[in-house]
Amino acid sequence: MSVLVYVEHAEGKFKKSTFEVVSYAKAIAQQLNTNLVALAIGNLSAEQLSSLGTYGAQKVLHVNDAQLGTFNAQAYTSILSDAAQKEGATVVVLANSFSGKGLAPRLAVRLKAGLASGVVALPTIQGASLSVKRTAYSGKAFAHVKLSGAINVLALNANAYPVSEQPVNAEVVSLASSAKPTDFKTSVKEIVRASDKISLPEADLVVSAGRGMKGPENWHLIEELAESLGAATACSKPVSDAGWRPHEEHVGQTGISVSPNLYIAVGISGAIQHLAGVSSSKTIVVINKDPEAPFFKVADYGIVGDAMEVVPQLTAAMKAYSQNG
Amino acid sequence: MKILVCISNVPDTTTKITFNSDNTEFNASGVQFILNPYDEIALSKAIDLCEGGKGTITVIHVGEASTEPTIRKALAIGADDAVRIDAAPSDAYFVAYQIAAYAKDKNFDMILTGRESIDYNGAQVAAMLGEFLDLPSISIIKKLDLNGNKATLSREIEGGKEVVEVDGPFIASCAEGVAEWKIPNMRGIMSARTKPLEVLAAQSLETLSVVEKFETPTPRGAVKMVDAANVAKLVDLLHNEAKVI
Ligand SMILES: Cc1cc2nc3c(=O)[nH]c(=O)nc-3n(C[C@H](O)[C@H](O)[C@H](O)COP(=O)(O)OP(=O)(O)OC[C@H]3O[C@@H](n4cnc5c(N)ncnc54)[C@H](O)[C@@H]3O)c2cc1C
Ligand SMILES: Nc1ncnc2c1ncn2[C@@H]1O[C@H](COP(=O)(O)O)[C@@H](O)[C@H]1O
Repeated sequence: MSVLVYVEHAEGKFKKSTFEVVSYAKAIAQQLNTNLVALAIGNLSAEQLSSLGTYGAQKVLHVNDAQLGTFNAQAYTSILSDAAQKEGATVVVLANSFSGKGLAPRLAVRLKAGLASGVVALPTIQGASLSVKRTAYSGKAFAHVKLSGAINVLALNANAYPVSEQPVNAEVVSLASSAKPTDFKTSVKEIVRASDKISLPEADLVVSAGRGMKGPENWHLIEELAESLGAATACSKPVSDAGWRPHEEHVGQTGISVSPNLYIAVGISGAIQHLAGVSSSKTIVVINKDPEAPFFKVADYGIVGDAMEVVPQLTAAMKAYSQNG
Repeated sequence: MKILVCISNVPDTTTKITFNSDNTEFNASGVQFILNPYDEIALSKAIDLCEGGKGTITVIHVGEASTEPTIRKALAIGADDAVRIDAAPSDAYFVAYQIAAYAKDKNFDMILTGRESIDYNGAQVAAMLGEFLDLPSISIIKKLDLNGNKATLSREIEGGKEVVEVDGPFIASCAEGVAEWKIPNMRGIMSARTKPLEVLAAQSLETLSVVEKFETPTPRGAVKMVDAANVAKLVDLLHNEAKVI
């Protein structure tokens, strides 16, 4: 028996969300009194691989060849399902990331496994099955799902489980790829990454703005505030619809769901579709000139005022704070 | 070209989500159901691709008879015909299994879904279909171009995008940006009533996941207001009280 965790990386580096997933999987392995095995695919240094021991992985399987440098849902499914079987895994954990969403469902079908995605808490083990809490209805609710496969797959949301260090010596094992030639029907032509930007779905801190900013020419205020905090930027749907900001920044029911530690909403009214994507943020700050804006009802802190004045002042205060602290 | 678009029937986006008294079932009373917004985008893309008689579009839905208005809506927007698999969609595994059983010998060139259904939000059906049908699946695409048999898709990744090329049939789940929303016109609405809608029985399948209960998020405490003239106070609260910076 074992717990298997798939560890995602971007260009050879693990991200915080990967350490969250490993820490989460470790906690399940401890509940089950078994070992944690991690599986990484693609180009990674020995040093990166063994760093997974810090979070409790006793064994790290590494699969790499020329064809595996970029994500391929079919090939990665073959490799993961093969490893899950060989390691006798009863639980497989992945990140509910963009790639995770392409991979986990395929893996579940291949393994005839129960699947819960958008998972936000540790499972309760009930004999051979497990019960786990996941988001539902676009963040407006949670569902407790009972999985009863002989093996079950869990896809964990970003920022849902804290990274915890439990150092062990990780044994790194190179494995041959078990992908089939017929798995390679897609090819990646290009990867575009805005390297200087913090990725929104995984961000700890988010500064978001809506139509109250009046136009794209005022967005530098939002960017400066985000920069002072080291936060990602986001926006409401009408803002991206109007082309003021790229669609990737649109949060809400029909956009990205975020759950940062801090969500600052500037000039956003707080429509139910917007709230759906942000309501699981730990702390919400609302800045709006209308004291009746619905967003204040679900906020922790509020400022009534004109964004054009409040935001620069807040940026200055943040800068002063980080210089002193 | 033959395109299959998978559609789901979901509570309207303005719905306040509530459950029955023991929190085991969604309270659907008074709730307006709609065509899942992302599926509308997938359908709109299919219509763009088939414009000028370049292909036909079938929509498929796994659901009970009460969902027919949603299917008719898809026909009004521009699908040519529809299939309903007559069963309550218990989970994504069940749904994907039914759709795969229908699609497996029909030679669709492309199967499109929405990125996720806004009720269950599994974002699972597309990739499961790929596995059941042994076809490539590209999840959460923002762009799709066809050049003969070759499709170029742009899929979302953390902090960027990845451009993927695929030859031959494939499955993709569509997000905003793939197409402009299509609004049904009068002719579409009239013809939707007479377009074919085939109802098929479901295949039985072992369930591996069951929702035991639902829960609504715990409401936040009352909002603490900070004076606009004293933003330093907010910084202080975020640091010392909320401990998020
Ligand atoms: C099917 C569907 C799906 C949707 N999905 C989403 C979604 O995913 N995400 C989303 O965000 N929306 C979504 N919407 C839209 C949603 O209903 C709202 O229309 C939208 O969130 C409003 O955006 P907003 O708050 O930026 O703009 P508005 O509602 O126009 O609000 C602007 C706010 O700015 C304030 N303001 C104005 N000037 C200033 C100033 N100088 N300083 C400070 N404050 C100021 C105003 O008081 C107001 O509260 C969806 C709608 C539909 C129908
Ligand atoms: N009951 C259903 N019938 C047909 N297609 C569905 C159904 N449920 C979901 N889908 C499709 O699968 C996509 C993803 O749904 P989900 O995996 O539930 O998030 C949706 O956007 C639809 O295209």
